[in-house]
Amino acid sequence: MSRSNTLAIAAVVILIALALLPFVAEKFTVQFATRILIMAIFAMSLNLLVGHAGLVSLGHAAYFGIAGYCLALSSPQYQAANFWTSLPLAMIAAGALALAIGALVLRTSGIYFIMATLAFAQMLHSLLHDTGIAGGSDGIFIYARPDIGFFGWRAFDLEKFGDFYFVVLALFVVVFGFIGVLRASLFGRVIAGIRVNEPRMRSLGFATFRYKLVCFVLAGMLAGLAGYLAAVQFGVVNPDMLGWHFSGAVLMMVILGGMGTLAGPVIGATAMLLLEIGFQSLPAVDGINPGKHWQLPMGIAIVLVALYLPNGLTGLLRRGRADE
Amino acid sequence: MNEAILRTRALSRHFGGLAAVSDVSLACEMGQVHAVIGPNGAGKSTLINVLSGDLPASAGQVLFDGRDITRLAAERISQLGIARSYQKTNLFLPFTAFENCRLAAQSRLSSSMHFVRPALGREDINAAAQRSLAQAGLAGRGDVIVCALSHGEQRQVEIAMALATRPRVLLLDEPLAGMGAEESSRIVELLRELARDHAILLVEHDMDAVFAVANTLTVMVNGRVLESGSPAQIRASRAVQEAYLGVDGA
Repeated sequence: MSRSNTLAIAAVVILIALALLPFVAEKFTVQFATRILIMAIFAMSLNLLVGHAGLVSLGHAAYFGIAGYCLALSSPQYQAANFWTSLPLAMIAAGALALAIGALVLRTSGIYFIMATLAFAQMLHSLLHDTGIAGGSDGIFIYARPDIGFFGWRAFDLEKFGDFYFVVLALFVVVFGFIGVLRASLFGRVIAGIRVNEPRMRSLGFATFRYKLVCFVLAGMLAGLAGYLAAVQFGVVNPDMLGWHFSGAVLMMVILGGMGTLAGPVIGATAMLLLEIGFQSLPAVDGINPGKHWQLPMGIAIVLVALYLPNGLTGLLRRGRADE
Repeated sequence: MNEAILRTRALSRHFGGLAAVSDVSLACEMGQVHAVIGPNGAGKSTLINVLSGDLPASAGQVLFDGRDITRLAAERISQLGIARSYQKTNLFLPFTAFENCRLAAQSRLSSSMHFVRPALGREDINAAAQRSLAQAGLAGRGDVIVCALSHGEQRQVEIAMALATRPRVLLLDEPLAGMGAEESSRIVELLRELARDHAILLVEHDMDAVFAVANTLTVMVNGRVLESGSPAQIRASRAVQEAYLGVDGA
């Protein structure tokens, strides 16, 4: 059996398992799985930049957060927003922000690019944190989850955790499929070429700036999708959604899972959230509570992966295979 | 000389106080091979880098079809139909030889902003890539990852990529360096063939190859043109023999 067949079967099995989850699992587990799927979408969006185009952004949370804020600000108070208008609006807002920031930061490269993306995200964080325009440091509560009814047809209710899970799962599958298709497209080949050798792409006649900018906007919009869903799940947005801690955490997920691979960011997001909850629930022994200091074992785990799995966790699955 | 497709006028490129290329005027015509020779450090590669837009000129002009292209970016110059190869192999090392050439061929699409349809579904581009691989003598080697190819084969990929962009002008920076005798003669044969419907600017140290294909020669020393003329004129030139050919024992 060929490798691609094995992968396809594995994907179908995982998908069926995910679809059956709400029927067998408790509320906590379903909500936790929802959180993983949302973070996986976010990590996939960052991987588009870091893994596929070779653009290491340390400010990707800005687009995630801005979409959440967009939902919070566009929701009527104590009433539900319309899912079908508020989601595109949030994604367009994130995309527009990425367009404006990308047009500036993509003129830099390497370490300067990292610093510039970080700087813009921190500016936005400060703006939301230190001014009263959007609830200041407390953020904004979203009292009612968006209404996903479609011309009176109400098959799903986002207030129900199971329904919300299915909507997130469906969007996750769409994003996963889209990125899978994108990688093999003409556009995908161009950004892969830019990652490997951008000067050579220019000498071949590609106007690389515009491809990088479109990639940056796409990644921003998909991060916005994740941020919107996160805002729906938690019912609150706050400035930490745009903070550099969070940008760093999602970058860690991408690296942990394996940059530039399709499944890497999904595996990375899953592994990191599972490790987090695992370390947090370590039992206290003799008055020492390791669960409170979960970041210590987490740091060790990440260092171990960095040392022994340079291609991330997906490197375990595909030892010795070149990623093309 | 009127139909020169690529022409430079008093072209100069300085690096701080160093004049790597100084006051160089030359012309490339369709159907001709114009070879630029000279000792190491004469400014030959810098000249190609300025012509291709990889480096901005410090002074002077580059004209393509009578149009001033001195300030154009590398990608614009490539799109006009000026392709180049690099002296130091400059490829997409993790990709296959075919993918390197396929990307080169893909560059001729008016836009690559296509997000869904698989790139490999574009049979016209695949065919162009295969054709250029075959022209450069790499038929059957397309599926090999470029970093696993021999040095000489990588040089051939450089040429194949330049061809895949369907250029009118070829700027070749030491295409034969590091190639075996067999590939070398194959590429010389290819250059002769290509010269029929291209203008070729050839920088090369292999004097046998240069005198075998060149219609015009320009000898550069210390960034300046020492002598320019037909192969016979250059061979007979005393200045050239003293400055360059004599040293080589030619």
